Amino acid sequence: MATVAEQWVLVEMVQALYEAPAYHLILEGILILWIIRLLFSKTYKLQERSDLTLKEKEELIEEWQPEPLVPPVSKDHPALNYNIVSGPPSHNIVVNGKECINFASFNFLGLLDNPRLKAAALASLKKYGVGTCGPRGFYGTFDVHLDLEDRLAKFMKTEEAIIYSYGFATIASAIPAYSKRGDIVFVDKAACFAIQKGLQASRSDIKVFNHNDMDDLERLLKEQEIEDQKNPRKARVTRRFIIVEGLYMNTGTVCPLPELIDDIDLISANMENSLASIGGFCCGRSFVIDHQRLSGQGYCFSASLPPLLAAAAIEALNIMEENPGIFAVLKEKCKRIHKALQGIPGLKVVGESISPALHLQLEETTGCRERDVKLLQEIVTQCMDRGIALTQARYLEKEEKYLPPPSIRVVVTVEQTEEDLEKAASTISEVAQTVLL
Amino acid sequence: MPVNLENSAVATELEKQNGNSNFYRPIVESFEEAPLHVMVFTYLGYGIGTLFGYLRDFLRNSGIEKCNAAVEREEQKDFVPLYQNFENFYIRNIYMRIRDNWNRPICSAPGAVFDVMERVTDDYNWTFRFTGRIIKDVINMGSYNFLGLAAKYDESMRTVKEVIETYGLGVGSTRQEMGTLDKHKELEDLVAKFLNVEAAMVFGMGFATNSMNIPALVGKGCLILSDELNHASLVLGARLSGATIRIFKHNNVQSLEKLLRDAVIYGQPRTRRAWRKILILVEGIYSMEGSIVHLPDIVALKKKYKAYLYMDEAHSIGSVGPTGRGVVEFFGLDPRDIDVYMGTFTKSFGAAGGYIAGRKDLVDYLRTHSHSAAYGTSMSPPVAEQIIRVMKLIMGLDGTTEGLQRVQQLAKNTRYFRQRLSKMGFIVYGNEESPVVPLLLYMPAKVAAFARHLLNRKIGVVVVGFPATPLAEARARFCVSAAHTQEMLDTVLEALDEMGDLLNLKYSRNRKSARPELYDEMSFELED
Repeated sequence: MATVAEQWVLVEMVQALYEAPAYHLILEGILILWIIRLLFSKTYKLQERSDLTLKEKEELIEEWQPEPLVPPVSKDHPALNYNIVSGPPSHNIVVNGKECINFASFNFLGLLDNPRLKAAALASLKKYGVGTCGPRGFYGTFDVHLDLEDRLAKFMKTEEAIIYSYGFATIASAIPAYSKRGDIVFVDKAACFAIQKGLQASRSDIKVFNHNDMDDLERLLKEQEIEDQKNPRKARVTRRFIIVEGLYMNTGTVCPLPELIDDIDLISANMENSLASIGGFCCGRSFVIDHQRLSGQGYCFSASLPPLLAAAAIEALNIMEENPGIFAVLKEKCKRIHKALQGIPGLKVVGESISPALHLQLEETTGCRERDVKLLQEIVTQCMDRGIALTQARYLEKEEKYLPPPSIRVVVTVEQTEEDLEKAASTISEVAQTVLL
Repeated sequence: MPVNLENSAVATELEKQNGNSNFYRPIVESFEEAPLHVMVFTYLGYGIGTLFGYLRDFLRNSGIEKCNAAVEREEQKDFVPLYQNFENFYIRNIYMRIRDNWNRPICSAPGAVFDVMERVTDDYNWTFRFTGRIIKDVINMGSYNFLGLAAKYDESMRTVKEVIETYGLGVGSTRQEMGTLDKHKELEDLVAKFLNVEAAMVFGMGFATNSMNIPALVGKGCLILSDELNHASLVLGARLSGATIRIFKHNNVQSLEKLLRDAVIYGQPRTRRAWRKILILVEGIYSMEGSIVHLPDIVALKKKYKAYLYMDEAHSIGSVGPTGRGVVEFFGLDPRDIDVYMGTFTKSFGAAGGYIAGRKDLVDYLRTHSHSAAYGTSMSPPVAEQIIRVMKLIMGLDGTTEGLQRVQQLAKNTRYFRQRLSKMGFIVYGNEESPVVPLLLYMPAKVAAFARHLLNRKIGVVVVGFPATPLAEARARFCVSAAHTQEMLDTVLEALDEMGDLLNLKYSRNRKSARPELYDEMSFELED
């Protein structure tokens, strides 16, 4: 371009200027002046930070009053005054100073005060002390834990099992380990709070289907299929999960497993009820379970289960394997009490006949949850006076997504005799009559 | 270089509070940076590992190499893959090579020495098998056994035995239903007395204490200011609460103050409404850094800006402070300054579980609204009894001074161990009084070599890498215990010295003086 530049002699430029039309020159002149103005004017800033003076800021800081850290709790809040149990929570329980028969602790197989479990725990205490002083990754893995995992895997007939040191944390850590943001989870409406918290931590899309309603689930799955066909690229990377409970704690019903699926990928369970220990476990194929060893938050970042509790759980498994007749006995008792509690005026039984954890709800609600709770509490207190220990099912009213109606929890255990069951049924019936009618 | 923080402004603040400004403790901590060549080699090491990882993945996928990992079922092969391929890349190719250094099973109590089960691998760590031999009397520098109370049974644990015999093990119910035993009430009263607060509540699991109670305290419309390096349980609790979370730089009071000012002055983003409340989440001792929270500064800030302070003393309760009461006692502050005390019983107390303590209205609120009280099983009775026994020991209520002696022994061991390590030339992070001692290793291969060599010499250490620490800062983390004798510490230090020379780990640029007599307090010569 050097040659072209040589041609641009100044004289010729001035000549071009004279020959240009007037409006052209005026337009260009205005544009140049506009550009110069823009260059020199202040840039437009969002009027954010520079408005307040230091004095104003200090004033704002002085004036701001936060809410109190906790709102005050009224003295007669139903959940504030706990029932205090003196001594072990076994079949004959001493609650608030009164001796009662225990229909409230989840001691289904009666193993809470079994001497074999206590002996196993004592042996473990002698060898290992109490605590493990570390998470599983850092010398917190004891041979007892490995034994328990093997035994659980064999018992549940799966490849591998993983134990957690707290029942609630088991499912609440397992769900976010697999299901992440963008995945889809189909969950039953009556799922318990631990599952809800696990889902909240996973940040996945949650689709709720009506309790035990397989048609509703099918409808949701079909809708999802249509969505997938609209957007196949997204569908290729979203995982889908279905979460159901075996025996729903909130309704006492069993999920219709054969209709649902032919093989289960992950089973999560709680050792705090039948196994009369503390903790929980998940079991399934190694491909699935191994992942939790590095991504289950409650597993990696928490101390492991104290060995004495693990030893007790192993012993409980031994008892369950040696004595399989115990389950038939429990089933019989459940059916019996289910029948005995029918027909109590004012209360209806919620739960299947084989479920060892039932609910008794008011047949007709007064319309106000607080009053319902008070009525049920009155029934519970009078039953306790007469020697039957019951409790209301407790929920966090503001936190539950689908709050179940207030109810009394009745738990059937293997240790309850015929007389105990009869006494319980008649006591509840009498008390219900006096309170509700 | 050790850093002394100047806090004259805070000292005057303390004077205004309660006149106890005289006992004010200077904070001496160090976080030395590594020399440049170390960082270069570290990243280079990861780079080579990644390249080989891609190569091996290719070989495995194309069938040239046998794949040892578990695989999907045939019927589910056309489902969406359960795990992101990349998420597992690091695990498959880097972690798997050195994974024999973690999850080492032991078969004795985690005391000052323990027995490790020997395990070997025939296929480069894909599977392990136990040879049946036990490596006995390995010195334990890994378990959180600060006061040396995790030991096998002896007569002092008699009450725990009795509780197992009377109460059994499980509880089978939640706190709000039929799960509150008289043992829990006894324990809660004792915890409140120990911490010098109005009331306390205990929970069955330390992790769950955070993740289930923070959502009960704050919700939407509240602000959480959380330290960069907070534990996973605090992060999970904050996320589950639904409040807005803002992170301030680790232990950095200026960063926290800026966030507080912005929050109070400008309110919530976009709507400019005032925040309902502000909660600051800190820990007493940070387990990966070994640093102690700058509590006097943070308390002064919280008072000025009317925020609430939630302190997680998982590692510091029982292990710092002249009588083991935690960081509040360590700094000589008023216990009423902290709004929510939280801690766990797993570390210094040799048990399991957690607690939250503070004013009575706080604890009453948690009794009614905590997720754990309504849905979580209560603490097992023998575990509660162990905590009761240990607390009475530390407080001196059992009539002996053994508890106090243990606390003092821990402080002595900590100082000795840290001083010797720094003198040897290792880079050690953290406060000089913290019993958690991270020693920086940086390179992933050295991490593995370090742990394996030391196990061969019968010393059990914990090494940590990514993702628990930043990628380039892998470290070994020692937990000093009151049960470690001078000989044990000397054995360990000697071995570390040799390891440092063998693996070239002495990166610190604070060179030792040429005349050792000047700083070595171990040897004195009286000059006439």
